Amino acid sequence: MSMFANILRYLFFGLVVRPVVMIVLGLNVRNRYRLVKNGPAIVIANHNSHLDTMVLMTLLPFRLLHKIHPVAAADYFLRNRVLAWFALSIIGIIPLQRSVKASHSDPLAGATAALDRGDILILFPEGSRGEPEKMSELKNGVSHLAKRHPDVPVIPIYLHGLGKALPKGEALLVPFFCDVFVGETLFWKGNRQRYIETLTSRFEELDAECCHSDEWDNDE
Amino acid sequence: MMGFLDHFLDHLQPNAVWALVIIFVLLVIATLISYALKLKNSSRDYSELLSRIHSWWVMATLFAVVFLLSRSTALVFFAFISFLALKEYLSLIPTRRADHRVLFWVYAAIPFQYYWASMEWFGMFIIFIPVYLFLFMPMRMVIIGEVDGFLRAAGTLHWGVMITVFSLSHIAYLLVLPVEGNPIGGGAGLVIFLVVLTQLNDVSQYVWGKLLGRRKVIEKVSPNKTWEGFIGGVLTTTLLATLAAPWLTPLNLYESILAGLIIGMGGFIGDVIISAVKRDLKVKDSGNLLPGHGGILDRVDSLTYTAPLFFHYLYYLHY
Repeated sequence: MSMFANILRYLFFGLVVRPVVMIVLGLNVRNRYRLVKNGPAIVIANHNSHLDTMVLMTLLPFRLLHKIHPVAAADYFLRNRVLAWFALSIIGIIPLQRSVKASHSDPLAGATAALDRGDILILFPEGSRGEPEKMSELKNGVSHLAKRHPDVPVIPIYLHGLGKALPKGEALLVPFFCDVFVGETLFWKGNRQRYIETLTSRFEELDAECCHSDEWDNDE
Repeated sequence: MMGFLDHFLDHLQPNAVWALVIIFVLLVIATLISYALKLKNSSRDYSELLSRIHSWWVMATLFAVVFLLSRSTALVFFAFISFLALKEYLSLIPTRRADHRVLFWVYAAIPFQYYWASMEWFGMFIIFIPVYLFLFMPMRMVIIGEVDGFLRAAGTLHWGVMITVFSLSHIAYLLVLPVEGNPIGGGAGLVIFLVVLTQLNDVSQYVWGKLLGRRKVIEKVSPNKTWEGFIGGVLTTTLLATLAAPWLTPLNLYESILAGLIIGMGGFIGDVIISAVKRDLKVKDSGNLLPGHGGILDRVDSLTYTAPLFFHYLYYLHY
């Protein structure tokens, strides 16, 4: 990444993203001490809104910004040149080909290289944003990465409220407090199925910890 | 140097500045007492009390700084508190996905409401929310067209704006009341009188309750509230009101007794009403913005009642 793009990136996050996330939204972070202080690491979270990435990047130390890379769908974020420049240079995404057949090369090569450099990856194992405030099934990408990098810690984070602040298909941001539950660090389990099961149950625990008042009469 | 200070504090009456100093004297005393308690009973856990007092220091410092800077800074500060309280309320309650854009207008009402206060347009200030916003919101909801849960959504949104924006904005209007009506304390003196007495009322109801509390007032809503705490708190607040009123307000002795009763009882009601909301939603605190206190709504709950009640009482008598 060029020096110029890196400066723009710090300015954008320092002057726009952080103030919006901290003041317009506001975070209630539980178990902040479980966050990583340095790379390499993989941060995974449930995905409801474009704000998810912004919140996760605000949570991690500002001085590490140049090392943080969200892994994001190439077909969505590289669909035109302006968006591609913004996604690659300012947000710093590592593009991922969602259909493996489209390319014969290793789809996770970019992510692996970044981890080898000591960077921090942000991953949404559900794949896409899905139904607001509902979790869908976890995809396998994260277990492939974890298997290749068994020493890299994986930190599960459960986000709640962002699907209300900026839901899929809405362009208008409305302020809501966002609850952030940082889960216990996880390492590779030696078996993909067991790994995904552990991750899923970790997210279910975090979900249970979260306050649920999204529906009236939820006690009946 | 003195000339600079005089000019710097032009917008405040001397008594208001002294009142700010007294707040910090009280905080120093509270801090010393809590550390003394900790030393005396080293077996008991005072971390909650200490973090509560630490938060008081932060809040009092912010409060004092915005007052010393300028009237506009203080108005922006109170508008921001309304924003935080409304955001906390809307984050707690269930909202409908369809009302996304209605919520935007609800937030947009805050700058308008505080702007009317800053330009001292009393007529608009007093009807903007209950007339214009409350007629506009259902219309906006109907244009979206989602009828499922319409009544519940309209009711919860209206009430939320009422307590977090309309009620609290009365603090801002106290601040802009003409200084001729209160030459000794000015608008700032009135705000300090209201806010400090409301907060001390919370504290003294708590302390009296801890010392003597036996008979529950409304067990289903707030199991820790007792008649002893309530009455002890109201009497303490009334006494403090009669002591502070001659320094900060235009109220005479009899008027200040009634002002103390209004703040003492109003504060209690505002407090238990937010407790009822939390109980309904099955949460303990409204948020965790203020360590030891909970969220911002936990802190301004009493003010949602005392601010409009004290304002209109005073306005009727002296303006």
